[in-house]
Amino acid sequence: MEPRTTADVGGMGHSLKRKEDPRFIRGRGTYVDDVQLPGMLYLDIVRSTHAHAKIVKIDSAKALAVPGVLAVITGADLAKYNLHWMPTLMSDTQMVLPVEKVMYQAQEVAAVLATSRYAAADGAAVVEVEYDPLPVVVDPRKALEPGAPVLRTDKKDKKDNHIWHWEWGEKAATDRAFTEAAVTVKENIYLPRIHVASIETCGCIAHFDKIDGKLTVWMTTQAPHAIRTVFALVAGHVGLTEHKIRIISPDIGGGFGGKVPVYPGYVIAVAASVLTGKPVKWIEDRMENLQADSFARDYHITAELAANKDGKLTALRIKTLADHGYTDAAANPSKFPAGLFHVCTGSYDLKAAHVEVDGVYTNKPPGGIAYRCSFRVTEAVHTIERMVDLMAHQLDIDPAEFRMKNFVKPEQFPYKSALGWEYDSGNYAGALQKAMDTISYAELRKEQAARRARGELMGIGISSFTEIVGAGPSKHFDILGLKMFDSCEIRVHPTGKAIARFGTKSQGQGHETTYAQILAEELGIPARDIQVEEGDTDTAPYGLGTYASRSTPVAGAAAAVAARKVRDKARKIAAHLLEVAEDDLVWEPGKFSVKGAPSQSKTIQDCAFAAYTNHPQGMEAGLEAVSYYDPPNLTYPFGSYICVVDVDAGTGEVKVRRFVAIDDCGNIINPMIVQGQVHGGLTMGLAPALFEEISYDEHGNVQGGSFIDYLVPTAVETPKWETGHTITPSPHHPLGAKGVGESATVGAPAAIANAVVDALWHLGVRHVDIPITPAKVWKLLREHGVRG
Amino acid sequence: MQVQLTINGEKHEADVEPRLLLVHLIRDVLRLTGTHIGCDTTHCGACTVLLEGRAVKSCTLFAVQASGKQLMTVEGLEQDGKLHPLQEGFMAEHGLQCGYCTPGMLMTSVAFLEKHPKPSEDDIRRAISGNLCRCTGYVNIVKAVQHAAAALQGGA
Ligand code: FES
Ligand code: FES
Repeated sequence: MEPRTTADVGGMGHSLKRKEDPRFIRGRGTYVDDVQLPGMLYLDIVRSTHAHAKIVKIDSAKALAVPGVLAVITGADLAKYNLHWMPTLMSDTQMVLPVEKVMYQAQEVAAVLATSRYAAADGAAVVEVEYDPLPVVVDPRKALEPGAPVLRTDKKDKKDNHIWHWEWGEKAATDRAFTEAAVTVKENIYLPRIHVASIETCGCIAHFDKIDGKLTVWMTTQAPHAIRTVFALVAGHVGLTEHKIRIISPDIGGGFGGKVPVYPGYVIAVAASVLTGKPVKWIEDRMENLQADSFARDYHITAELAANKDGKLTALRIKTLADHGYTDAAANPSKFPAGLFHVCTGSYDLKAAHVEVDGVYTNKPPGGIAYRCSFRVTEAVHTIERMVDLMAHQLDIDPAEFRMKNFVKPEQFPYKSALGWEYDSGNYAGALQKAMDTISYAELRKEQAARRARGELMGIGISSFTEIVGAGPSKHFDILGLKMFDSCEIRVHPTGKAIARFGTKSQGQGHETTYAQILAEELGIPARDIQVEEGDTDTAPYGLGTYASRSTPVAGAAAAVAARKVRDKARKIAAHLLEVAEDDLVWEPGKFSVKGAPSQSKTIQDCAFAAYTNHPQGMEAGLEAVSYYDPPNLTYPFGSYICVVDVDAGTGEVKVRRFVAIDDCGNIINPMIVQGQVHGGLTMGLAPALFEEISYDEHGNVQGGSFIDYLVPTAVETPKWETGHTITPSPHHPLGAKGVGESATVGAPAAIANAVVDALWHLGVRHVDIPITPAKVWKLLREHGVRG
Repeated sequence: MQVQLTINGEKHEADVEPRLLLVHLIRDVLRLTGTHIGCDTTHCGACTVLLEGRAVKSCTLFAVQASGKQLMTVEGLEQDGKLHPLQEGFMAEHGLQCGYCTPGMLMTSVAFLEKHPKPSEDDIRRAISGNLCRCTGYVNIVKAVQHAAAALQGGA
């Protein structure tokens, strides 16, 4: 697509260099821990060594004797203000600090307030907690067995560990399709707990000013406005009201979903600041981050897929156990306890589908947030892409050909899926064909046959995913009742420069650049003349924040709509200045000219100046607009990925030799940034596919709780990604854009897993759960008679 | 204990606890917050600075170990209003997103290019393997280092 604006204006389609970079490459960003206030106190947290235990006693005496320690805060202290429990985003409850018992290892038990970071840590090290261990439940299947210890004893009348049952789709029709099917495949797929591990951990500085009663919190949050409202709702009874709360989300060192929830540390810091009137800083360390912050996935999935004798897919049936840890603190739209998992029919034209999910409590930290993913879309994509591959292999049809045969066809859009979603647009075969051409698919298959004949293990894996992002239409989407719109407010200054503020919050996506480009596209004001701000609730319009790839689909749309309002007013001003009727004006980016007399024109800057100096009588002065955009539908980005792996028969190591990613996110705002998002997303797809997992032993001891054994890929393990795109605009988005930040994380793991199974299929291997570690593959190979 | 050190050409003195980590001296005492902290096990490299020209992880040294020495942090890369070619390279090649790993990546790369002016892609990948980036997927960081290597060669 050719840009409509000049490079100087820098609208959509230009690979504009980022506005955020000059400060970051100089070390001049401002992340939360960079903020230092006079008289600031520090908070450190004492964490549980047990996964499930009664708290017999907390002895603070030694801690209080440490020089610099001012206080040790316990659940009993917070209970006086009824702040020891707080609601989760899914209307469950979560402890801020425990009064009776702990529910997972590394849970917050007490907090130490001190005059320095080191004193706080010293104090935390000597708080003595006496525990009385209780039976631990880590396996959600065991948690549901009769006689399993009931974990949530705080909930009156709770007799088991079952949280909720949720189902979707036509059960009878699906069961019938399975009875009539010529072929069916079934597989158990486990998607383990993983952690986003943004390189900046979480933290905050809470500053309560006792004189004006105002609380300001600098905080690592992806959703500052929603947090403000949550704080007001939770702490209204102790006098914190919403107009006296200011949340500032400064530069954020990566979010990926991990900075959506409210963690106990934030709340304790706020409470400590309110009590002392001093600024209080809490910054978690990496081990706390990996062991206690919310987790992603932990889905135990059983999936079945049915096809007729010609290899046409007919139905999908899924049952899932969702391990939520000790509370359901998932960050989901309220109506959907399993998120958007029911987009699991993926890119395929199925007649029937039925999904069941059961949420379960275990002795683990809260789970259910995203890992760079729109509400469980990765779980959905992984399941359908593994199952389709399994079916293709079972039928001995090439997996690419099999997908082509079963895709939703371009002419079927808008397409109503068997589970009720209305896909906006797509050309799935187009993306797969492009990926096949790029990687020379037919050649690869020949090479694979030759290698296999020599006993080498090479695999080719495909993933043709469909995402669902941009939550969401207010009819169905809210979080704690707050509708999931987003916002943009533009003010054009007299000299034609502008400031625009948004309800979202960038964590590296480059909003300061891309939003300016959207406005440049719509107004013709050069992107460099537009200042973009977000993350300060005192100045930015209300919005639900940045996660689930919603910034471009929702706030990006708000930017376009607000800009068009500005343009409409500018048109009236131009007509007034040129003394013609509005209808006699034609717009090209940056100026209005008179039809048939193009030399008579007024630029947007002329109109802006006139808006303050010479506005028409009867019109209000100024040139501003705001939009709260409620999307009519979600957007459905898609893509096809092809991955080539070599498996070392001796060590079981999987090497990704090539990886081609063709993405379609509709119209592109900044091609450089889109490609960067795909690179990053692919790496966060590779990570759980091959390396990352947080597991627990039978006592609930966390495994993988530091970077020593939670293996975030380095540049050495990461392949050189090959990317490309097709463009299928969204028909309902004002810019035809769809969102791209997460596509690759969602689509990549299945391509890798499919490649590994493809390499081992002839040995009898049918499935392998991620992460596909050398140890797992080595064992599989030995089980299938390969000695290496 | 008294420490004296030169950071980015400026002399600094401070009275510190013997156990104070160098990264906390740099960030909390001297308020040079471009150097970041991303872990507690010496894995992430967000804290990388140059100590006598060598890239070191400042979370894994005590401040007193740097006493009497020359340090350079990301804030020292720009000289007389002119960016270091690596800073230019990271901007030109979109080698950063959230920017949190960037100062560490830059410092590691500065030390690396000084010793290896004509690195291969594999050399670069190995050189930055002590620095984690969660955002970029490394492809553009590698390009940024190549960009700078070419610029430094051209300028030499
Ligand atoms: S902070 Fe991670 S290596 Fe220093
Ligand atoms: S740019 Fe975010 S961690 Fe590297």
